[in-house]
Amino acid sequence: MAEYLFIASRDPFESEEVKHFYGLALGLAQESNTVTLFLVQNGVLPARTSSRSKLLTNLVASGVEVLADDFSLRERGIPTARLAEGVKPASLGVVIDQLALGRRALWN
Amino acid sequence: MSQRKTLTFSITDPPYEDARSTTALRLISLAIERGCDVNVFAYEGAVALPFAKQAPHANAVHQRDAAEENHPNPKDWIAAVLADAAQRGRKLDWVNCGLCVDERGVSESIPGTRRGSPADLLKFVEASDNTLVIPTK
Repeated sequence: MAEYLFIASRDPFESEEVKHFYGLALGLAQESNTVTLFLVQNGVLPARTSSRSKLLTNLVASGVEVLADDFSLRERGIPTARLAEGVKPASLGVVIDQLALGRRALWN
Repeated sequence: MSQRKTLTFSITDPPYEDARSTTALRLISLAIERGCDVNVFAYEGAVALPFAKQAPHANAVHQRDAAEENHPNPKDWIAAVLADAAQRGRKLDWVNCGLCVDERGVSESIPGTRRGSPADLLKFVEASDNTLVIPTK
Protein backbone atom coordinates (compact mmCIF):
# COMPACT_ATOMS: atom_id res chain seq x y z
CA MET A 1 0.00 0.00 0.00
CA ALA A 2 1.15 3.54 -0.72
CA GLU A 3 1.71 6.46 1.64
CA TYR A 4 0.21 9.85 0.90
CA LEU A 5 0.55 13.36 2.26
CA PHE A 6 -2.35 15.70 1.53
CA ILE A 7 -1.70 19.37 2.28
CA ALA A 8 -4.91 21.40 2.55
CA SER A 9 -4.38 25.18 2.50
CA ARG A 10 -7.91 26.26 1.71
CA ASP A 11 -10.99 26.80 3.82
CA PRO A 12 -13.99 24.53 3.01
CA PHE A 13 -16.24 27.52 3.75
CA GLU A 14 -14.54 29.24 0.80
CA SER A 15 -14.47 26.46 -1.77
CA GLU A 16 -16.39 23.25 -2.38
CA GLU A 17 -13.22 21.91 -3.99
CA VAL A 18 -11.86 21.26 -0.51
CA LYS A 19 -14.50 18.61 0.14
CA HIS A 20 -13.41 16.76 -2.99
CA PHE A 21 -9.81 16.91 -1.75
CA TYR A 22 -10.89 15.42 1.58
CA GLY A 23 -12.89 12.84 -0.36
CA LEU A 24 -9.81 11.72 -2.26
CA ALA A 25 -7.93 11.32 1.02
CA LEU A 26 -10.84 9.33 2.45
CA GLY A 27 -11.01 7.03 -0.57
CA LEU A 28 -7.30 6.27 -0.41
CA ALA A 29 -7.52 5.53 3.32
CA GLN A 30 -10.50 3.23 2.75
CA GLU A 31 -8.34 1.29 0.30
CA SER A 32 -5.83 0.68 3.11
CA ASN A 33 -3.31 3.31 2.07
CA THR A 34 -1.56 5.39 4.72
CA VAL A 35 -2.82 8.97 4.50
CA THR A 36 -1.93 12.12 6.40
CA LEU A 37 -3.98 15.28 5.88
CA PHE A 38 -1.94 18.32 6.92
CA LEU A 39 -3.94 21.52 7.36
CA VAL A 40 -2.15 24.83 6.82
CA GLN A 41 -3.07 28.52 6.31
CA ASN A 42 -6.88 28.88 6.09
CA GLY A 43 -7.01 25.11 5.79
CA VAL A 44 -6.91 24.98 9.60
CA LEU A 45 -10.24 26.82 9.99
CA PRO A 46 -12.43 23.67 9.94
CA ALA A 47 -10.15 22.17 12.60
CA ARG A 48 -11.88 24.47 15.09
CA THR A 49 -15.06 22.73 16.17
CA SER A 50 -17.72 24.02 13.77
CA SER A 51 -20.34 22.87 11.29
CA ARG A 52 -17.55 21.80 8.89
CA SER A 53 -15.30 20.04 11.37
CA LYS A 54 -17.36 16.86 11.01
CA LEU A 55 -15.66 16.46 7.64
CA LEU A 56 -12.39 16.10 9.50
CA THR A 57 -13.65 13.89 12.31
CA ASN A 58 -15.05 11.54 9.66
CA LEU A 59 -11.58 11.33 8.11
CA VAL A 60 -10.01 10.60 11.49
CA ALA A 61 -12.58 7.85 12.07
CA SER A 62 -11.60 6.34 8.73
CA GLY A 63 -7.93 6.17 9.62
CA VAL A 64 -6.63 9.41 8.13
CA GLU A 65 -4.11 11.19 10.33
CA VAL A 66 -5.30 14.80 10.49
CA LEU A 67 -2.72 17.38 11.60
CA ALA A 68 -3.05 21.16 11.86
CA ASP A 69 -0.09 23.53 11.47
CA ASP A 70 0.51 25.05 14.91
CA PHE A 71 1.71 28.35 13.41
CA SER A 72 -1.46 28.72 11.29
CA LEU A 73 -3.58 27.92 14.36
CA ARG A 74 -1.84 30.61 16.41
CA GLU A 75 -2.18 33.16 13.57
CA ARG A 76 -5.94 32.59 13.59
CA GLY A 77 -6.39 32.48 17.35
CA ILE A 78 -7.48 28.85 17.44
CA PRO A 79 -6.41 27.24 20.73
CA THR A 80 -5.60 23.55 20.65
CA ALA A 81 -8.35 23.00 23.22
CA ARG A 82 -10.89 23.97 20.54
CA LEU A 83 -9.69 21.48 17.95
CA ALA A 84 -12.16 18.93 16.65
CA GLU A 85 -11.82 15.42 18.05
CA GLY A 86 -8.84 13.58 16.64
CA VAL A 87 -7.22 16.62 15.00
CA LYS A 88 -3.72 17.17 16.37
CA PRO A 89 -1.53 20.28 16.25
CA ALA A 90 1.80 19.74 14.52
CA SER A 91 4.87 21.54 13.26
CA LEU A 92 5.23 22.23 9.55
CA GLY A 93 8.38 20.15 9.86
CA VAL A 94 6.16 17.08 9.61
CA VAL A 95 5.74 17.92 5.93
CA ILE A 96 9.50 17.93 5.41
CA ASP A 97 9.91 14.66 7.31
CA GLN A 98 7.23 12.94 5.25
CA LEU A 99 8.55 14.33 1.96
CA ALA A 100 12.00 13.06 2.88
CA LEU A 101 10.51 9.63 3.51
CA GLY A 102 9.08 9.63 0.01
CA ARG A 103 5.40 10.22 0.71
CA ARG A 104 3.36 11.05 -2.39
CA ALA A 105 2.37 14.65 -1.76
CA LEU A 106 -0.60 16.63 -3.05
CA TRP A 107 -1.29 20.32 -2.32
CA ASN A 108 -4.67 21.99 -2.53
CA MET B 1 17.92 12.76 9.10
CA SER B 2 20.38 9.91 8.68
CA GLN B 3 20.94 10.25 4.93
CA ARG B 4 21.00 13.56 3.15
CA LYS B 5 17.89 13.98 1.05
CA THR B 6 17.16 16.31 -1.83
CA LEU B 7 13.75 17.94 -2.05
CA THR B 8 12.36 20.03 -4.89
CA PHE B 9 9.70 22.69 -4.48
CA SER B 10 7.83 24.13 -7.44
CA ILE B 11 6.20 27.45 -6.59
CA THR B 12 3.91 29.66 -8.63
CA ASP B 13 2.43 32.54 -6.64
CA PRO B 14 3.73 36.10 -6.91
CA PRO B 15 4.83 38.00 -3.80
CA TYR B 16 2.32 39.87 -1.63
CA GLU B 17 -0.64 37.86 -2.92
CA ASP B 18 -1.17 34.71 -0.89
CA ALA B 19 0.03 32.90 2.22
CA ARG B 20 1.27 30.10 -0.05
CA SER B 21 4.45 32.10 -0.70
CA THR B 22 5.10 32.41 3.03
CA THR B 23 4.39 28.72 3.61
CA ALA B 24 6.69 27.79 0.73
CA LEU B 25 9.52 29.81 2.24
CA ARG B 26 8.84 28.27 5.66
CA LEU B 27 9.07 24.80 4.08
CA ILE B 28 12.29 25.62 2.23
CA SER B 29 13.82 26.99 5.42
CA LEU B 30 12.76 23.94 7.45
CA ALA B 31 14.13 21.57 4.82
CA ILE B 32 17.52 23.29 5.05
CA GLU B 33 17.38 23.20 8.87
CA ARG B 34 16.63 19.49 8.78
CA GLY B 35 19.64 18.74 6.62
CA CYS B 36 18.14 18.50 3.15
CA ASP B 37 19.52 19.87 -0.08
CA VAL B 38 16.81 21.91 -1.77
CA ASN B 39 15.91 22.83 -5.32
CA VAL B 40 13.37 25.56 -6.01
CA PHE B 41 11.76 26.10 -9.37
CA ALA B 42 10.00 29.46 -9.42
CA TYR B 43 7.40 29.61 -12.16
CA GLU B 44 4.97 32.29 -13.32
CA GLY B 45 4.55 35.06 -10.73
CA ALA B 46 6.88 33.39 -8.24
CA VAL B 47 9.86 34.63 -10.28
CA ALA B 48 9.24 38.04 -8.68
CA LEU B 49 9.89 36.68 -5.17
CA PRO B 50 13.67 37.25 -5.38
CA PHE B 51 13.40 40.45 -7.47
CA ALA B 52 16.25 42.66 -6.25
CA LYS B 53 14.44 45.99 -6.60
CA GLN B 54 11.78 45.27 -3.99
CA ALA B 55 11.89 48.17 -1.55
CA PRO B 56 10.50 48.73 1.92
CA HIS B 57 8.14 51.64 2.30
CA ALA B 58 6.84 54.07 4.89
CA ASN B 59 3.32 53.73 6.27
CA ALA B 60 1.44 57.02 6.60
CA VAL B 61 -1.42 55.41 8.52
CA HIS B 62 1.01 54.11 11.13
CA GLN B 63 2.97 57.39 10.95
CA ARG B 64 6.17 55.41 10.54
CA ASP B 65 9.02 55.85 8.11
CA ALA B 66 10.36 52.89 6.14
CA ALA B 67 12.89 51.93 8.81
CA GLU B 68 10.34 52.08 11.61
CA GLU B 69 7.77 50.18 9.58
CA ASN B 70 10.34 47.42 8.99
CA HIS B 71 8.19 45.98 6.21
CA PRO B 72 9.59 42.60 5.15
CA ASN B 73 10.37 41.89 1.52
CA PRO B 74 10.47 38.33 0.21
CA LYS B 75 13.85 38.90 -1.44
CA ASP B 76 15.30 39.41 2.04
CA TRP B 77 13.74 36.19 3.33
CA ILE B 78 15.17 34.32 0.36
CA ALA B 79 18.61 35.88 0.91
CA ALA B 80 18.41 34.76 4.55
CA VAL B 81 17.57 31.18 3.60
CA LEU B 82 20.38 31.14 1.01
CA ALA B 83 22.81 32.35 3.70
CA ASP B 84 21.53 29.74 6.16
CA ALA B 85 22.01 26.98 3.57
CA ALA B 86 25.56 28.13 2.88
CA GLN B 87 26.36 28.25 6.59
CA ARG B 88 25.05 24.72 7.08
CA GLY B 89 26.84 23.39 4.00
CA ARG B 90 23.59 22.57 2.23
CA LYS B 91 22.69 23.23 -1.38
CA LEU B 92 19.87 25.62 -2.21
CA ASP B 93 19.53 25.89 -5.97
CA TRP B 94 16.91 28.53 -6.82
CA VAL B 95 15.95 28.71 -10.50
CA ASN B 96 13.62 31.30 -12.00
CA CYS B 97 11.81 30.42 -15.22
CA GLY B 98 13.44 32.72 -17.78
CA LEU B 99 10.36 33.17 -19.95
CA CYS B 100 8.33 34.17 -16.89
CA VAL B 101 11.08 36.60 -15.85
CA ASP B 102 11.11 38.27 -19.25
CA GLU B 103 7.33 38.58 -19.38
CA ARG B 104 7.34 40.36 -16.04
CA GLY B 105 10.53 42.39 -16.47
CA VAL B 106 12.03 41.10 -13.23
CA SER B 107 15.42 39.96 -14.48
CA GLU B 108 17.33 41.65 -11.64
CA SER B 109 17.27 38.83 -9.14
CA ILE B 110 19.25 38.64 -5.89
CA PRO B 111 22.62 36.84 -5.91
CA GLY B 112 22.39 33.11 -5.36
CA THR B 113 19.43 32.65 -7.66
CA ARG B 114 19.70 31.88 -11.35
CA ARG B 115 17.79 31.91 -14.60
CA GLY B 116 16.58 28.66 -16.12
CA SER B 117 13.71 26.99 -17.94
CA PRO B 118 11.05 24.37 -17.27
CA ALA B 119 13.64 21.79 -18.35
CA ASP B 120 15.38 22.53 -15.04
CA LEU B 121 12.26 21.43 -13.19
CA LEU B 122 12.43 18.08 -14.96
CA LYS B 123 16.10 17.72 -14.02
CA PHE B 124 15.33 18.67 -10.43
CA VAL B 125 12.53 16.12 -10.18
CA GLU B 126 14.67 13.36 -11.65
CA ALA B 127 17.51 14.11 -9.21
CA SER B 128 15.35 14.54 -6.09
CA ASP B 129 14.02 12.20 -3.45
CA ASN B 130 10.69 13.99 -3.58
CA THR B 131 8.95 17.00 -5.13
CA LEU B 132 6.18 19.20 -3.82
CA VAL B 133 4.25 21.27 -6.34
CA ILE B 134 2.55 24.25 -4.72
CA PRO B 135 0.12 25.45 -7.37
CA THR B 136 -1.58 28.80 -7.52
CA LYS B 137 -5.27 28.89 -6.68
